[in-house]
Amino acid sequence: MEILLNSGYTLVLMAAVVGLFMAWGIGANDVANAMGTSVGSKALTIKQAIIIAMVFEFAGAYLAGGEVTSTIRKGIIDASFFVDSPELLVFGMISALFAAATWLLIASALGWPVSTTHSIVGAIVGFAAMGVSVDAVTWSKVGGIVGSWVITPLISGVIAFLIFNSAQKLIFDTDKPLQQAKRWVPLYMFLAGFVLALVTIKKGLKHLDLHIGNADGYIYAAITAVLVAVIGKVFINRLKFDESAALKTHYANVEKVFAILMIVTACCMAFAHGSNDVANAIGPLAAVVSIVDNGGQIAAKSTIAWWILPLGGFGIVAGLAVFGHKVMATIGQGITHLTPSRGFAAELAAACTVVIASGAGLPISTTQTLVGAVLGVGMARGIAAINLGVVRNIVVSWVITLPIGAGLSILFFWMMQAIFT
Amino acid sequence: MARNSIIGVFAKSPIKPLEKHIKLVVKCSNQLIPFFTACYEQNWSEAAKVRRKLSKLEQDADALKRQLRLELPGGLFMPVDRADLLELLTQQDKIANRAKDIAGRVLGRKLEIPTSLQDQFSAYLSRCVDATEKAAEAINELDDLLETGFRGREVALVEKMINQLDEIEDDTDDMQIALRKDLLALEGDLNPVDVMFLYQIIDWVGDLADLAERVGARLEILLARK
Repeated sequence: MEILLNSGYTLVLMAAVVGLFMAWGIGANDVANAMGTSVGSKALTIKQAIIIAMVFEFAGAYLAGGEVTSTIRKGIIDASFFVDSPELLVFGMISALFAAATWLLIASALGWPVSTTHSIVGAIVGFAAMGVSVDAVTWSKVGGIVGSWVITPLISGVIAFLIFNSAQKLIFDTDKPLQQAKRWVPLYMFLAGFVLALVTIKKGLKHLDLHIGNADGYIYAAITAVLVAVIGKVFINRLKFDESAALKTHYANVEKVFAILMIVTACCMAFAHGSNDVANAIGPLAAVVSIVDNGGQIAAKSTIAWWILPLGGFGIVAGLAVFGHKVMATIGQGITHLTPSRGFAAELAAACTVVIASGAGLPISTTQTLVGAVLGVGMARGIAAINLGVVRNIVVSWVITLPIGAGLSILFFWMMQAIFT
Repeated sequence: MARNSIIGVFAKSPIKPLEKHIKLVVKCSNQLIPFFTACYEQNWSEAAKVRRKLSKLEQDADALKRQLRLELPGGLFMPVDRADLLELLTQQDKIANRAKDIAGRVLGRKLEIPTSLQDQFSAYLSRCVDATEKAAEAINELDDLLETGFRGREVALVEKMINQLDEIEDDTDDMQIALRKDLLALEGDLNPVDVMFLYQIIDWVGDLADLAERVGARLEILLARK
């Protein structure tokens, strides 16, 4: 107990530094996955993608990152086990951060697909189950989280399949696809704006002390969505179409309209990623800060300190600014046959799934949700070739990440115990 | 880093190379028209030049075929069946091979087409080349088919093209029968060995249209799956 009073400040500083580093790593590395489809289908240049990512990752982290952060902070672990020895929880959370950050570093260096979500959850479960007691883990909650990792790619795949098929019906399989595209694309923009705005209003704005009524929330979300659709429509009307291209490949002009839509879905994707993944960096930090601030009491009801979410957002943006360009450039070089009409379906489905999971407080993997969505479009016969080997690698990575995250975190936990006591 | 990211999930599309391949094949079979013009004039040096060009195009098509096969390993998830796609490629390639056979055989024997048959033969040849061009036109719809998820109007459009291809092939069959009949009437005045090879060349030119029709048929099978 005294340890928290004597060196509480040091511990918070430690957690903040490692948390910031994690956020930085997420920005440098993981954001590329969220923005990859937009850059790959040439709907956005690298510069545009980075600017969009900076703005919307921060917004997502700050406005809608609270629920997942709470889950990471206090949902996985049964706090009653730590009432007598809160310092163990502080050590554990810091070790979990160290473990996840170390694994992120190693895996990035080796070029393996990393999931920060899986490593942090594995790490927290690891130190609590092995370092303290198997019963210290709220297994029902962990079961729910692991289940969501299987279900969310599935859900986003189904949504992507439906979105893609609806676009086929409404736009591509018609006499005048270009006119149909101009008419229906704003509707997809509305949909994207509505889901995002609704989740933000309902779940995200709590910590800002803005209380908006139930019905009001829907109205505000609808207004935001209409605004998005109208702005999108203005941009579509300003497009110039190449008439000669219409004769040779008549879908080239249609894709131009979808490229505008893809800017919107890219914003959604960045927002969704920020809202879900920021917690991986700052969830444990929030736990440490709350315990130290309360002088060792584990308060169940306390809110997240005001500076934590912006810190995570700042870390992601900093990572993007420093390394984003390099990582995106490697993606831009990949020769793909990915047109905006496919990319949008995958991105919109993934963004909606992730942002809803964020609202429900479920930490999920953005990359895997996006892969699920891509497979959904593939099922609808929309993508020329999907490399199942890479898909398998991404799936395997999370299975491997769990025990490694757990193992590393137990190691760091014992080390910290030895140093501080 | 690419394999570390979502972009690694997207493999290289086989559709553009397949379209490029049939373009080469058609260019190759098209060379037969200037080739036979040179033969009519008994300008064998010019004919040899055209044959070299034709043979170069055939080699390019071969190289592209091999590259495409290598880039299409199992474990790819595609909207069309991999075996169907490879079979389509094989059929496409056979057209170029046949064109090369024709030029080689005619040049090797300095085979002369009887003057009275030349116009008829030219019409027959160009109709067979038409068939290969029609097949290429249908294959070129593959990227639009991908845009529409291999469904709906675009499929109907391609099926229409395949029907037109069948009609052209029927035409060439009739022309072939007429040409054979006229050759039969001339047979007595010609060198018997030359006559044998003339029949063979007529057959092989007809093969161009047959193979083009088979490309159309493979494309139809590709579309019918799933």
